Amino acid sequence: MLHRHLSTRKSVKGKECRAQVDGQDYEAVIGIETHVQLSTLTKAFCSCPSKYGSHPNSNVCPICMGLPGCLPVLNERVVESAVKLGVALHCQLSLKSKFDRKQYFYPDLPKGYQISQHDIPIARNGFVDVDIPMEFGGGHRRFCITRVHMEEDAGKLIHAGNDRLSGSFYTQVDLNRAGVPLLEIVSEPDMRSGVEAAEYAAELQRMVRYLGVSNGNMQEGSLRCDVNVSVRPKEDLPFGTKVEIKNMNSFSAMQRAIDFEISRQVTLHQEGQGDKIVQETRLWEEESQRTITMRVKEGLADYRYFPEPDLPEVILTQDYIDALKASLPELPDEKRRRYERMGLSMQDVIILANDSDVATFFDAVLEKGADVKMAANWIMGDIAAFLKSEKLSISEIKLTPLELADLIALIKDGTISGKIGKEVLVELLAKGGSVKALIEEKGLVQISDPDVIESMVDKILAENPKQLEQYRGGKTKLQGFFVGQVMKASKGKANPTLLSKILLDKLNAKQ
Amino acid sequence: MRAAVPFPRLLILRPVNTPQCRRLHTVKASQTATEPSKLQTNRSACSEILRIRKSLLSRERTAVEVAEEYLTRLQQTEPYVKSFLYVSDKVLADAEEIDRRLRRNEDVGPLVGVPVAVKDNLCTRDMPSTGGSRILEGYRPPFDATAVTKLRQSGALLIGKTNLDEFGMGSTTEGSAFQVTSNPWDSSRVPGGSSGGSSAAVAARQCAVSLGSDTGGSIRQPASFCGVVGMKPTYGRVSRFGLMAYASSLDVIGCLGSSVMDAAILLGAMAGHDKLDATSSKTEVPDYAAKLVPIEALDSKPLKGIKIGVIRETMGDGVDSGVISSIQASALRLEELGAALTEVSLSSFPLGLPAYYVLAPSEASSNLARYDGIRYGSQVPADDLESMYGSSRSNGFGQEVKRRILMGTYALSAGYYDAYYKRAQQVRTLIQRDFSKALDGNDILISPAAPTAAYKIGDKVNDPLSMYAGDIMTVNVNLAGLPALVVPCGFVKVGERDLPVGLQMISAAFEEGRLLQVGHIFQQTLQNLSFEAPLPNK
Ligand SMILES: [Zn+2]
Repeated sequence: MLHRHLSTRKSVKGKECRAQVDGQDYEAVIGIETHVQLSTLTKAFCSCPSKYGSHPNSNVCPICMGLPGCLPVLNERVVESAVKLGVALHCQLSLKSKFDRKQYFYPDLPKGYQISQHDIPIARNGFVDVDIPMEFGGGHRRFCITRVHMEEDAGKLIHAGNDRLSGSFYTQVDLNRAGVPLLEIVSEPDMRSGVEAAEYAAELQRMVRYLGVSNGNMQEGSLRCDVNVSVRPKEDLPFGTKVEIKNMNSFSAMQRAIDFEISRQVTLHQEGQGDKIVQETRLWEEESQRTITMRVKEGLADYRYFPEPDLPEVILTQDYIDALKASLPELPDEKRRRYERMGLSMQDVIILANDSDVATFFDAVLEKGADVKMAANWIMGDIAAFLKSEKLSISEIKLTPLELADLIALIKDGTISGKIGKEVLVELLAKGGSVKALIEEKGLVQISDPDVIESMVDKILAENPKQLEQYRGGKTKLQGFFVGQVMKASKGKANPTLLSKILLDKLNAKQ
Repeated sequence: MRAAVPFPRLLILRPVNTPQCRRLHTVKASQTATEPSKLQTNRSACSEILRIRKSLLSRERTAVEVAEEYLTRLQQTEPYVKSFLYVSDKVLADAEEIDRRLRRNEDVGPLVGVPVAVKDNLCTRDMPSTGGSRILEGYRPPFDATAVTKLRQSGALLIGKTNLDEFGMGSTTEGSAFQVTSNPWDSSRVPGGSSGGSSAAVAARQCAVSLGSDTGGSIRQPASFCGVVGMKPTYGRVSRFGLMAYASSLDVIGCLGSSVMDAAILLGAMAGHDKLDATSSKTEVPDYAAKLVPIEALDSKPLKGIKIGVIRETMGDGVDSGVISSIQASALRLEELGAALTEVSLSSFPLGLPAYYVLAPSEASSNLARYDGIRYGSQVPADDLESMYGSSRSNGFGQEVKRRILMGTYALSAGYYDAYYKRAQQVRTLIQRDFSKALDGNDILISPAAPTAAYKIGDKVNDPLSMYAGDIMTVNVNLAGLPALVVPCGFVKVGERDLPVGLQMISAAFEEGRLLQVGHIFQQTLQNLSFEAPLPNK
């Protein structure tokens, strides 16, 4: 997680800049609808397990299959998750909201309608604060949230012989996903670039993970973004024709898709072909790195919304909201601000705070009394490199925060050298165990006794008279050679600061 | 606001000559009055459930014998009545099991051995459940409706599934995709609807009691047409789980029987909160039957202190004069029994019918979307999805259902929603308010259950508007979610035939107990009126 965040997003930097250069006189307006699949144990309106990856149609019952006579009963965990996210997004919560039916025919929709919330969502008028990564220029942004509402997911269609229903030999319906609870989060059209949009989505992902309401996994479809993009001449008030983009399964794809779409629309405007931008849904094609037309919208779909008569209104009490509010963990933005106050650079803040596992580890290390900057460096340096090469997440390593704190303390007080520290760390990461036991066992305690170091230096100088003469003749670069020799003799345990002081004294001693 | 009703006094107090309970061939005069009483029991008021229970517990008869009695009559009458879409092939086996349990002195439940018929829009796991629709022909649900589960747990013997207007949409049972049910009082007439099969089955004594559903009068109007008791409980009193939804905010499961006592026992067995229906109420369920007092135990003014309002808007134009005089006579009888009678006006009353015919079809258009031919029911294969949907639904649904889906789809469409659906909801609020005002000053409101007695089969098939107009007496009660009880109260003479007329009694929400108490007293004092339909094979 830690390394992926950095490496994959870097690659789009070039394209992002190009779009901005081309579009100097134009401005993109981006709004995002995000669907987050909640990680409740059971579905929204029945008691089927809400599990990903089960055998098709194994997590179904008469209710989520839409059999005649079946009725929905709301899973209270869905309301709880919605309230948590609503609070985290600084929304105004509706003490009284209701469910509505959104009606359309499709084989993955067993009842012929989706239970959703139409005119009275559970939460509205919120905002989210994000920090743009330093490699994209950094800076703070606030994006407004229009609404958060609860609804159920549809099933899944599996087509044979074509990737769409029309033209396939046959199509199978898997209803495992039907009735899985979703929160739909609708943003205001506040984003202006691919990176802002991707950062907004990434922040939502962090938020749902921090809150524990969803795993936010884009590949599994637990977090899906539909992005509306339009461009308009700068300083123009009316929005241009908006195009919806779907099918992006990573933040980096989102960023690339949006930037592609912006430059496509800007180019059309610049060529005087602005009227060729039509209201449509376009798909991001990963292979060709472009968006292609999926369907052109002919008029507004009429979903014939009306209040769901099978479910009572959703009534929230202020006490209930307050209790959930009090139970919320520290949220990503709060964490970033706290790290910033501790004196960490924005770069470090973002890396440490943006992965809740990393942040938890980091906080635990600090709690054991470790030096902030050293802890940050170890986590972002050697530990991150280890995670990357082993393809592990920080929650999977054997090193405990306590041991890292001990290691840092031992380096800081000079018991071991930083170099030894690195060696010990590799062992601790792979096998676990105690830092102290390990350095005792291997005799890795740093030699900090000046007398011992002095005698080692004396010995080396005596063994290398030729180099000593050259040094004293002006070839001062040989200092490194002597350091290396002493380190070799001490098996790396000589305190480097002490060593270099004593060595210099000896080398430069008046004859 | 309230004024005494100037009813002619001469209609009341006919000569008292009431035979004691004597139903069918087996029952002896078991309730011989021990003490002289001014009021005597009408035999129609005798409980069939208690009769069966008593004979089984005393070992006078076996459950198999009771079942055979009903099955035999069902066999004789069914060719004329056609009230069943399916007769269970397990009735005798189930009865044998009940007999075994009785022999082991097990706790058998309040409905032990009682043959119950179930409207076919209620799901039953061991019998097909079609909702009277071609689109569900042969469909067998994998579960029982909660009401059905509760009946089984109470020891009931499910004998079959009864005919109905497709998905409950209609008032004659002619809207069934499978057959036309006849009224046992006159086989050329409709039994009413949509619970026409369930009410005809009770009237023809093919079952002891039956389950129906009531969205706009579907229990009460057929009860009136067939001369049986029909109970439409408060919305939410009985779980709707397993009832094929027509209009979810109006649908209620209720019961039909020959006596108020039977309705009380059956309702008591079905009522209560169900975690599978979020709209089912947690209000406590009283022991309805325990509070029904035999007339012998009461004085001559048993309804003293009860305030009854006659709804003025239901007693005027468009209502058959024979129906009006039956209701007036009933009102006077209630007054004789001690009730204080007044006339009340519900000014919003006439708005109910149009509001109902916007709201019910709107919900229906949505509830019936699931019948798409994909997961169950009949499917017409086609080359593309749209055609498959189109053909399957066009082939599977009947005229009336299509008409209501179209009306409802229209009413919910963008640009029309405010003018139709939203406005109808406002009317609904008005109606609720008017009822609540009228019920502040009255314990019970009364009206006819239908403007006419049963009409001829075919009369309204091509005139849906006139069929809809027949629902005027009942739809308001659904819009307000209130309970209502229909008790046979008189007859209209049509040619040589006497056709039954029902009295509708309405109370505040969850006051079923009061309705049943008053209804029970009323029914017992019907004196020489007999509501036993002349069986077609006689
Ligand atoms: Zn389910």
